[in-house]
Amino acid sequence: MSMQTTDATATMRATGKPAKKKSSGRLMILGFLSPTLLILIFMVAYPIFSLVFYSFHNFSALRPNAGMTPAGFDNYSYLLSDPDLWQRFVFTGKFVFLCVTLQMIIGIFVGYQLQKSFRGRDVIFTLLMMPMMLSPVVVGFLWRYMLNSEWGIVNYMLTLVGVGKVDWLGQTDAALWAAAAADTWMWTPFIILLATAAFRGIPETIYEAAEVDGASQAYVFFRITLPMSAPVLFIALILRLIDSFKQYDLFFALTGGGPGSSTETVSFAVAKTAFNYFYTGEASALAVILLCIIIGLSLILVRHLMKLGERY
Amino acid sequence: MAKIELKDLSISFGAFTAVDKVNLTVNDGEFVVYLGPSGCGKTTTLRSIAGLVDATNGDILFDGERVNDLKPSERNIAMVFQFVSLYPHLKVRENIVFPLKARGIPSSEIKRKLDWVTEVFGLGDELKRYPAALPPGAKQKVSLARAVIRDPAVLLLDEPLSAIDEQFREEMRWELGHLQRELGVTTIYVTHDQREAMSLADRIVLMNNSKIVQVAEPDRIFHKPDNIFAGQFIGSPSMNLIDLVPAPGGLRLGDSAIVLPEAAIPADVASSSQKLRLGVRPRDIRLVNEDAAGSFPVEVEDIYSVGRERYFLFRIGDNEYQGVDHRVDQGTGESRIAFEKDGLIFFNAETGERVSAMEKAA
Repeated sequence: MSMQTTDATATMRATGKPAKKKSSGRLMILGFLSPTLLILIFMVAYPIFSLVFYSFHNFSALRPNAGMTPAGFDNYSYLLSDPDLWQRFVFTGKFVFLCVTLQMIIGIFVGYQLQKSFRGRDVIFTLLMMPMMLSPVVVGFLWRYMLNSEWGIVNYMLTLVGVGKVDWLGQTDAALWAAAAADTWMWTPFIILLATAAFRGIPETIYEAAEVDGASQAYVFFRITLPMSAPVLFIALILRLIDSFKQYDLFFALTGGGPGSSTETVSFAVAKTAFNYFYTGEASALAVILLCIIIGLSLILVRHLMKLGERY
Repeated sequence: MAKIELKDLSISFGAFTAVDKVNLTVNDGEFVVYLGPSGCGKTTTLRSIAGLVDATNGDILFDGERVNDLKPSERNIAMVFQFVSLYPHLKVRENIVFPLKARGIPSSEIKRKLDWVTEVFGLGDELKRYPAALPPGAKQKVSLARAVIRDPAVLLLDEPLSAIDEQFREEMRWELGHLQRELGVTTIYVTHDQREAMSLADRIVLMNNSKIVQVAEPDRIFHKPDNIFAGQFIGSPSMNLIDLVPAPGGLRLGDSAIVLPEAAIPADVASSSQKLRLGVRPRDIRLVNEDAAGSFPVEVEDIYSVGRERYFLFRIGDNEYQGVDHRVDQGTGESRIAFEKDGLIFFNAETGERVSAMEKAA
């Protein structure tokens, strides 16, 4: 026994490396981690790095042979002084606000109803989840057809009740509401799903205690149900906020950014700059700006979420 | 404050009858403890008094008025639940004043009452903390504070101490009893712990199989159990039951040769023609010396110590019984025991009822 120990120390001294057992353990850990690390490096770190790199150069992916020339902050200063871009941000902001507000309110309301057990609950629940399964492009086209000013079903219904036809997708404000409606139709189920789960997670005795304490239904909802599900609802809010901020494909299919370019979101502008005009450097700069905004927003919200979680 | 009456109260869930035709009157200011094994219907009874469960049949009266159709919030009751039901997102202070705020009580009044319960329960340091940061005992204290802050007419407690560790439970029990007497609030307390029941109750309601077995003061239920179930359920270690067979000169113990002499049997029991079963608590069985009157020999099979006392297992005929003694010099083997005369309780072996002719005479 003591012989072995001496041998091991002797080897360590001679080679200057830790004992064999230790180093093989570390290698093992590295071995298990490396696939994930490699994927992360190639799928996340490299694209972000190259994105930032391109954003500081004049470069077009269409003419790679033309090479790239360093541009400093030119791409950024050009973008930030462009009134059109501010217009995109304002439009995106409006869209995000509308979507998130509508989805949270409807989602929480429906989720609260579905929390109660009743006949057919599961069927209704399943049907309600359907829109979420579709691709945004499909949803975009679906709504585009429904909202078609000549032969769409929405206008047909409106004429039936005596209201005139509305050019839904031909006017900026109407198109904004149409897009928000489509996004809400698609994503409210997600809020319903999380809200129902959160509401159902509240123990029955809490409600019984509140009932004995003399709280009305509304009082219970606002003072117990909502605050107690706040962490989950907050996560739902963050996810919807980030997701609707990045919305591109819905607009691609629904309005094509029109009329004019009045329903182009920031993401839409990134895609258009990158793949219509092939201003790769400029598009990268815009993407970096978008990324910073989303990360900043998420950090603030996540920190708030942590605070909510501390109580429990 | 209120007097509570249950009249032919039955509660069923589908085919299962949880509470079966229960009748009970709880007097104003009384502390009544429902005791019984799990699933006997005691919690269901409590919840129906609270209004959380609907009575299937029968009436629940508060001060003579039927409350069956009133919501829990309209019954002026407060309840403490078995599992902590504090609102986790509210600080202790907000938890305690919740019932007042929910009812729109003015804030000056809330402040006054909060100061009072904070003082009574010694919760000053906890007010600003969240429930999750409190130990189980303190949580139940807060639940209790939330229950009494409203001066309820009836206080309902559903095994409030079962989640608290032993040491703190004792302390809480004293405080609870004290508080109840001070407030004078009509209290119904559910537990399966007989020590809680014995120490807290003005009267114990013993339940089994959805029915009330006996309603009596703790002392009485211990010394004069109405039937075998009451005798066996209360008291630890549990009561020995020995079948009695008529024999010349007295009653023979089971299948042994030992005869309980007529002198040890009350006249009315001796004269009854029923099949009898003797109940005797282990603490009423002593190990005695050869010459002690009324003693008889048994085979002591095992002795073990539980600290202050020693339990011994002995055999009469084919059956094994238990006794308790302080003596330390006793070993296993042949020995003599004697029953305390006051400790003999005679039951009808068929119905399980105590043979109570003597009492009727008294």
